[in-house]
Parts: sequence; structure tokens; C-alpha cells
Amino acid sequence: MKQREGRIPILTYQGIPLWRDDRVIKGVVQVVSAIIVVGFLYFFISNILTAAENRGLALGFDFLSEAAGFPIGESVFIQYDPSMSFGQAFAVGLLNTLKVSLIGVVFATLVGIIVGVARLSTNWLLRSIAGVYIEIVRNVPLLVLLFFIFFGVFQQLPDVQNSFAIGDLIFLNQRGVYMAWYLTTGSTVTWAIILAAAFILAMIAFVILGSYQVRTGRSTYPGWIALGILIGLPIIGWFILPEQPLNLDLPVLGKFNFVGGLTLTTQFTALLIGLIFYTGAFIAEIVRAGIQAVSKGQVEAAKSIGLKPMQSLRLVIFPQALRVVIPPLISQYLNLTKNSSLAIAIGYPDMFAVGRIMINQAGRAVPVFIMIMVTYLLLSLTYSVILNLYNRRIAFVER
Amino acid sequence: MESITPEVLRPIRTLGPIAWLRRNLFNNWYNVVLTFIVLGVIYKVLIGLINFLLQANWDPVTTRPVLYLVGQYPAEELWRIGLAVFIISFLFGISWGNWGDLVQTFAYLIIAGSAAAAFIPSTIISVSWPVRIFFLVNITLVFVGRAVGRSRFGKPRTILILWLISLPIVIILIYGFAQSEFMPVVLTTLWGGLMVNLLLAAIGIAASFPVGVILALGRRSSLPVLRWFCIGFIEIVRGVPLITILFMASIILPLFLPGDIRIDRLIRALIGITMFSAAYMAENIRGGLQAIPLGQYDAAKAIGLNSTLTTLLIILPQAIRLVIPAIVGQFIALFKDTTLVLIVGLLEILGVGKAILGGNPQWVTSQTEVYLFVAAAFWVFTFSLSRSSRHLEKALGVGER
Amino acid sequence: MKRTRFFILIATFLVLAFILAACGGEEEPETIEVEVTRIVEVPVEAEAEMLDIQQNVIDRGRVVCGSRTDLAGFGYLDDAGRNIGFDIDFCRAVAAAVLGDPEAVEFVPLTAAERGPALQTGEIDVLSRNVTWTSSREAQWGNFTNVMFYDGQGFMVPVASGITTLEELDGATVCVTSGTTTETNLADAFRQRGLDFTPVVFEDTATVYSTYESGGCDATTSDKSQLASIQSGFADPDAHMVLDITISEEPLTPATPSGDDNWNDIVTLVSYVLINAEQLGVGQGNLDEMLNSDDIKIRRMLGVEGEFGQADLGLDADFAVDVLRAVGNYGEMYDRYLGPNGLAFTLPRGPNELWTKGGLIYAPPLK
Repeated sequence: MKQREGRIPILTYQGIPLWRDDRVIKGVVQVVSAIIVVGFLYFFISNILTAAENRGLALGFDFLSEAAGFPIGESVFIQYDPSMSFGQAFAVGLLNTLKVSLIGVVFATLVGIIVGVARLSTNWLLRSIAGVYIEIVRNVPLLVLLFFIFFGVFQQLPDVQNSFAIGDLIFLNQRGVYMAWYLTTGSTVTWAIILAAAFILAMIAFVILGSYQVRTGRSTYPGWIALGILIGLPIIGWFILPEQPLNLDLPVLGKFNFVGGLTLTTQFTALLIGLIFYTGAFIAEIVRAGIQAVSKGQVEAAKSIGLKPMQSLRLVIFPQALRVVIPPLISQYLNLTKNSSLAIAIGYPDMFAVGRIMINQAGRAVPVFIMIMVTYLLLSLTYSVILNLYNRRIAFVER
Repeated sequence: MESITPEVLRPIRTLGPIAWLRRNLFNNWYNVVLTFIVLGVIYKVLIGLINFLLQANWDPVTTRPVLYLVGQYPAEELWRIGLAVFIISFLFGISWGNWGDLVQTFAYLIIAGSAAAAFIPSTIISVSWPVRIFFLVNITLVFVGRAVGRSRFGKPRTILILWLISLPIVIILIYGFAQSEFMPVVLTTLWGGLMVNLLLAAIGIAASFPVGVILALGRRSSLPVLRWFCIGFIEIVRGVPLITILFMASIILPLFLPGDIRIDRLIRALIGITMFSAAYMAENIRGGLQAIPLGQYDAAKAIGLNSTLTTLLIILPQAIRLVIPAIVGQFIALFKDTTLVLIVGLLEILGVGKAILGGNPQWVTSQTEVYLFVAAAFWVFTFSLSRSSRHLEKALGVGER
Repeated sequence: MKRTRFFILIATFLVLAFILAACGGEEEPETIEVEVTRIVEVPVEAEAEMLDIQQNVIDRGRVVCGSRTDLAGFGYLDDAGRNIGFDIDFCRAVAAAVLGDPEAVEFVPLTAAERGPALQTGEIDVLSRNVTWTSSREAQWGNFTNVMFYDGQGFMVPVASGITTLEELDGATVCVTSGTTTETNLADAFRQRGLDFTPVVFEDTATVYSTYESGGCDATTSDKSQLASIQSGFADPDAHMVLDITISEEPLTPATPSGDDNWNDIVTLVSYVLINAEQLGVGQGNLDEMLNSDDIKIRRMLGVEGEFGQADLGLDADFAVDVLRAVGNYGEMYDRYLGPNGLAFTLPRGPNELWTKGGLIYAPPLK
């Protein structure tokens, strides 16, 4: 009997008690967290609905078709005027955000690469000045930097009547940059087609000649020939076409402002320059780290096969550094896009700024806010899709 | 500690100034060109800067130093902030004595700042005698702290605990007690200036740390509901600019709360900042978690730890150690981002500048001076931080794996 | 994998957002249904839910006042960092009336975008921040009280430009503050006349005017009071002029959250007291002698004899004494900041003169 009693715990073993059973715990945690999330959502949504009822808070999106009534300083693609709808005003803001982000991304990359390479230059002065630039810009808030560029640099430029001028082509004053631009004519479309064709032909020539050169080892000058096609065809087209495909549109000083040409407003230019220099400093550090990640042996190998410094940078170091550089680079692009929302501080009408004005003028805080959030999320989703595609490609190359 | 590396052994070649110039600036034709271009640019910028500084009007900055530092905080309660400064300086002193390099830059910063405030000529900024003495005492405190830190009382763990409890003490000091004659409540609407930037960043990082850990663990959890929620939160917050989050916290959040619940504006901004920072913190910590070798999990299992204990005792401590430099980097970024609360109407240092410029039309053209001053203030702090961060990386040996 | 999941999550978020929007926006019948249920519950809940701002203020011991910190003359900071200005003094007057202490005010600085939501959520008890009273704001934000300042939108241009009419501004660049009625008024005025302009829009006023002064725009537009204040601060005030054009009416009026008539009445009554006091010649300086005045109107206002509704609103009989002792009468408030020796700048009273002197300032009698 006593012996049997001693065995009882083992014999009557019923499995782990419920409160220690992993599956049960997991289930409970799941249910509890789900309840908390749903509970919060319910709490917020029911509150906002009560508020909508009691305090006259409007939640619908119907106002988007009403006339906006407020002016917007600049717009691309859409010729905005205040009689247009709130929806169109928001679109103008979104396009402005895209405009400054896309241009900013391109130039920030350029600045980043130049400064990143300069940081590793053998020239002590260049190296130090690049370091100073990076340390100053990275340690100052972007908002302060933007204010400084706007007030400290652009507001100090001469006024419209006394603009800096480069011939008749470019004028620079407090209100922005006024540049000569093109005007389309009857032949523009044809010429654009020629341009596209030249581009495609040049690509084809480059690929075919290049592979021929690799196969036979005979120099076929693919780069020069492609460049010749790319430049030659459009030039021929320019003179053959009955009408000159593009006319020069010069900015001319009118009563108040320059008229004609391309105008980059101070707000836009200051924001762009701020974003470029700020993001450029971060990109420079990424580029520097990327270059330093390429092993020394590679550089020495490049030197030993007789590549010049620029060639080894272009052909050996960059392609390898790229793999390290691209992922953080794309997240910097995303940062730049998000940071463009600081436009509000210096009066550039980006999506956030326009959205805020809409909240004021239409009194619809919640719907406008949802629109802003969702649009930014879609933008960042785009960036992460690009990053993912790149990562996948890299992964394939590696294995 | 010091190991002899080959570099130390290499004979140091000293170059004459001309040889140095030749080697570093004029070694080939394009470097010569570059050198002259850079010199030209430096010359232009310096001339511009000097010209500006000579004719600048610093009145919007120099006439209201207190506003820039602490905002509208009532003058008769300022001693509480002074006490808080003493505590922080003393702690930095102790840490300096004990940790050396890590906080050295900050100790120097406090000493230099205090000395500047104590000895600045009254013609530039009028500082009263008690305030000057206060700053002198502050410098002494740093050195006293250093001595304490070097003595047998200075143990790293004690110092860490002191730091942790100092934050709530400082906040209580600044906020005060309800129904207290001695330390009455100072409403947060009166807080402002650089103090708010520092508080927002410090509390934001401190508060976002636990949230970030939970989110990071949640994101790696095998429970789908939890994981989805964490992924959703992290990605949504990281996908939008901070000002939209702040805007949400300041304008949208109150609309979502019942009428009788009101959250203080500063707290609302803090909620926004914490949410934002927590999402980035979570990703940093997740990076650390991923870097822990699987063997650690197996070893923990082998000595009979369950999954909760494994995470808490084995994995997290190692992961956090790995990501400390990243967290310092995040703190720097967050500190800079605190200027954005200007856009939701709080009187942080930039907001004070704006208020002064707006309230005094005679200074409407002196905006550059104000922004230059604010930029310099931030630069001093963030530059010291990033210096410390570099020392920290070395001390933790993170980069060397 | 993770990205796909994230995408699904975003999609859910979107759907949620639109459901939320749909609920609030279009489905009228549902809203009515909800209201019906509420009506049934009214007898029990209505009393408990009644908003009683006055009680809240007394419990809290201070009035929460939505204000601004960056507009000279109306709401700004003095050298010591104390809130001062015409709008600020009004809040102090309300605090004096309800709590007997003009210092018992918490000033919440609001940006233009926050004004509406702050009223709607009841975060503030009084909005005294240079707000133009418009019908849509009355409908959406809260309840307005009594006009404290009659303003109108005007234009400022450099004298050298030779411009005197709006038509001459065709094609000009105009600096304006965003999120205000100013912005839409500007657009309306130009559109109406078929004129063209380039707007340069900023969030804060200081930026607008510094851009204007440095030549970043040909003209700037705002309430005329603001233009005057800014002009006074320019390096060369005589080089600029405010055009003799007014394109809008801007009645700057304090507002209170909706749902508490009693509180709205109290704030309105404070403004009536300020105006009546000026009309009766009672001010900060002569308050003590006026307490012994024989004029029945004065005696009633100061609570010496008679009643004009204070008790019904839950105010002390002599609250007017506290108000006047704290900030003075309307004219004294005005002169303190905008008068000939004002702290901020000098602005002729114009429409803000008492009706007896040809202005628009008029208050119902205290009876």
C-alpha cells in the first residue's frame, strides 16, 4: 500500500495544470490582448461618435467637394485657384510634397556621395571641411536649420529690383530663383519621340557593343557610340523639324515680379536646400561607412591591375559599397520625405501644411487627419516595397 | 587594460610644416585645385559670418535669458529648478569621477556653461549676484561629485540607481505638490524654454524604453494577435512624420476622449513623443535581440529556465547592452525633434524665440540671431552627446564583434 | 511575409477609417435614432451631465484661458515672461469676476489650428485669442460672447511703391498668415475684382512681417490693428503705409464652449461691465470714490444697491468692483496697450470708441 501511495503522483499525472500549460497561457494572452485592443478602439470610436453628436464635430468626407476658398502659393500640374475644392487643394499639397521629396532625394544623394567621398579624401583641408559640415548639420535640429536658411540666407538676398543675374537666364532674389525655361511648340511632341528613340537606341547599342567587346576583347567603344547616338539624333531632329521644337522662355521683370520662365519660390528652395543639406550629411556618413566596409585588399587589388583612383572608386569600391549603403540610404529617403512636413514652418504648401489649413477652414480635424496619416503611410509603404525588392535582389546575388 | 597595439609601436614620423602641406594638400594637381576651391569657400563663409556677427542685434536673446532657459516659470519658485540643476550637476560629477571619458564632455560642458554664466559681463546679460554665486557653487558641486565618484562610495550600480531616481525627483521638484505652501504646484503651461526640450527628451526616452521593449518582444512573439498589433503600431508610427503624431496628440486625441477627461498639454505632447520614440526603440531593441546567438536560448533551456525567464534574465540584458549606443543616437535625434512641439504651441526654446519676436515688433528683423542662438544651444548639447556616445561604443566594445 | 501582413493591417486601418467616417458623415437616419434614445434618458442623465464650467472653475481655482503669446498688444509676454495684452486682460477680468483674483488664470497658448478643437473639447473655459466671430465658427466651435474689438482686414505696402488701391496690386506677391479668415478674405477680395496675386502663406505672424519688411512680398494683409502694431516696430515705419481699404469685418470676440449658457452669460456680462464702466466714467483710478457715488446706475453696477442679474448667474453682488480693480474699464484696457502711451503701440480707437463718441462699442444696460 505504502509503496503504491508513493507512486501515486506519477500514476495519477493528469498533465500540466491549466495555469502552467503553455497553450492555455498563450491562448489567454492572445484573447486578453485582443480584448484590450478592441476595447481601446471601441472606447475611442464611441467617444468620437458621442462627441460628433454633442459638440457638432463633423466627421464626414463630404466637405472635400466644397470650394476651398483659401489660396495656395504654388502648385504643380494642377492650376490651383481658391474656387477649387478641398479635395483638389489636398492633391496640390500632396503633389508639392512629392515634388520636394523627389528632387530632394536626388540632390541629397549627390551631396551625400560627394561629401562622403570627400570625408575620405587624401586632401586634409577637404576632409576636415567635410567633417565640420557633417558635425554641424547633424547636431542641429532640422527645424532650426530651415529657419536659419530661410531667414539667414534667403531673406538676406537682394530684392526683386536688384536681383543677382546671370545674363538674361537666371535671376536670384528674395522671392526665389527665376530661370529660363522652355515653351512647347508644334514640333515638341515629335522631338520628344525622337529623344525617347535615341535613348532606346543608345541603350541597345551600348548593350550589344558591350557584350561584343566582352566576347572578343576588341575595343568597340560602347560608351562613346551610345553617347553619340543619344546626343546626335536629337540634334539632327532639332534642325530637321519644321518648327524649332522648344522655345526659350526668359524670365522678365514685370511690375511686381519676374514673369515667364521657371520660378522656384524661396519657400520651396529653402526647404529643398535644408532637406538636401540635412539629409546629405546623414547620407555622407552612410557612404563613408559603406566605402570603409569594402576591404582594403580590394582597393589594393584594383591598384595592382592599374586602375586609376577614380576608376577604382567607380568600378571596384562603389559597386561593393552599394550593398551596405542602399538599405540605410532608402530609410534616409523616407526620412527626407517625412521631414518635408516641416515645410509648414517656412510657408511651403506641402500636404501637411495644406491639411492644417483645411482643418482650420473646413473645421474637420478628424477626416483631414486621417487623410494625412494614410497618405504618409502609403508613401512609406512605397519606400519599404522598394527596399524589399532591392533586398531580395541582393539576397539572390549573394547565394 | 591598455594593450599594446602595433600602431603604438610604429615610430611616429614628424613632418615639417612644408612637407605636411605638400603631403596633405598639394600632392597632385587636382588636390591643389580642390585646396584652393575649399579655401575660397571657407573665406567666403567666414567673411559672411563675421559681417553678420558684427552687425547682429542680439537683444532678442540677451534681454530674456530666463525665458529661453525655463520659460514662464515663476521667479519666486526658480530656486527649485536651481536645486534640480545642482542634483544633475552633482550626478554628472560623480559619474565623471567613476566612468571617466563617458561623461567627461558633459562635465566640461556644465563647468564651461556655469563659468560663462558666472563671469559674463553685465553689459551683455545682466546676471544678479546670487545667480552668479549659484553657478560658482554648481561648478564646485561637479568637482565634489567627481571626488565622491572616485572614492569608495562610487560604484557603477549605485550611480546608475541614483540616475534613475533623479529623474522623478527632478520632475517632482519642478512640478511641486498640491496644497503645499513651500513648494506649490507650478502648472505645466508655465514650463518652457530649454528645460522643456530636455525634459521631453529625457522623459520621452525613459518612458519609451519599457514600451519599446514590450513592442520588440511582441513583434517577435509567436502569438499572432499580439504580433500583428505590435507590427501595426511600429510600422504605422514609423511611417508618418513626428509632427503628425504630435498633431494627433494635441488636437485629435482630446476629441477621442470623453468630455470630462482632460489631459495636460505637455503630457499630451509627451504621449506623442513617447509613442513615436517607442516605435523606433522597439526596432533598435529588436536588432539587439536578433544579434543574440541561438546558443544562448539553448543554454538557458538547458539550465531549466522557462521562456519568460530566458527572455528576462538571459536575452534582454545582452540585447540591451548591444543597443545602448543606438539608444543614445535615438536620444540625440529625439532631443533635436523636441523643437517640433513648437508647431503644437508649446513654449519650448524655439517657441520662446518666436513669442519674443512676435511680441516685440521692433525685433522683427532679428530672426536670424534667434535661430543662430537656438542652433548653437542645440549643437553644444548634441555634439557632447555624440562624443559621449562614441566613447560608450568603445567602452562596450560593441563595434568590435 | 511580414510586409504582406503589414499591408493587410494598413488596409484594415483604411477600412476602419472609412467606416468611422461613414458613420459620422452620411447616415442621417442613424443619428436620429441615437438621439431618440437619448431623449428618453434625459430626465435622469441630463442633470448629471450638465456642463457646469463655473463650478469647474471654482473647484479648480482658476480660469483656463485660450490665448496667444506672440501678438504685440493683444497677447504677448512682458520682459519677465508674464502674459499681457488686451485679450489677456479680458481673461483676467473674467477670473476677477468669478474668483475675485485676476491672477487665477491659466493661459494656454494656442496655435490658430488649435483654437476650434480646444473649444470643442472644452479644454479651455474662455477663448480670448483675437478670434473673428463668424457664423460657421459659431456653429462649429462654441458660443461667442460680445465683440471686444472691431477690426477689419487691410493691406500694408511700402510707400515707395505708390500703390493706393487694391486694383494696383494686380499681380503682386502678398504675404498672409495661414489658417485664418484673413487668408480666405484675401482670396475672395482679389477674385471678386478679377485680380491676380501670388500668396506667400506662413503659420506665424512674425515670419509674415519679417518677410514683408525684407522685401519678400509686395504687400501684406491682416487685421488693421495688427498691421499698425507691426508698422510701429519696423526699422523705418514711415516707409510703409496701411492702405485706406478694408476688405472685411473682423469682430474679435471671446468665445466659450457650447453647452453651458450660464457660463457664456457670465463672460458676456463681464464685457458689458467693462463697457458700461467706461460709459459711466468708473475706472481703476476712481473706483473707491465711485463706491460712494449717488448715480443709481453706478451704485447698481458696483453692487452697492440693486441687482442686475449677478445672483442669478452665481456671481457676487460686487463682482464688478473686482473686475474694475483688476483691469480697469474698457477704455483703460485699451489705452494700457494701444493708447497714446500704450505698452505696445498706438492705435486710434476708431470704431472701438464708445457709441456715445461715434464708435461701435455699445453694451446693453446693466439692469
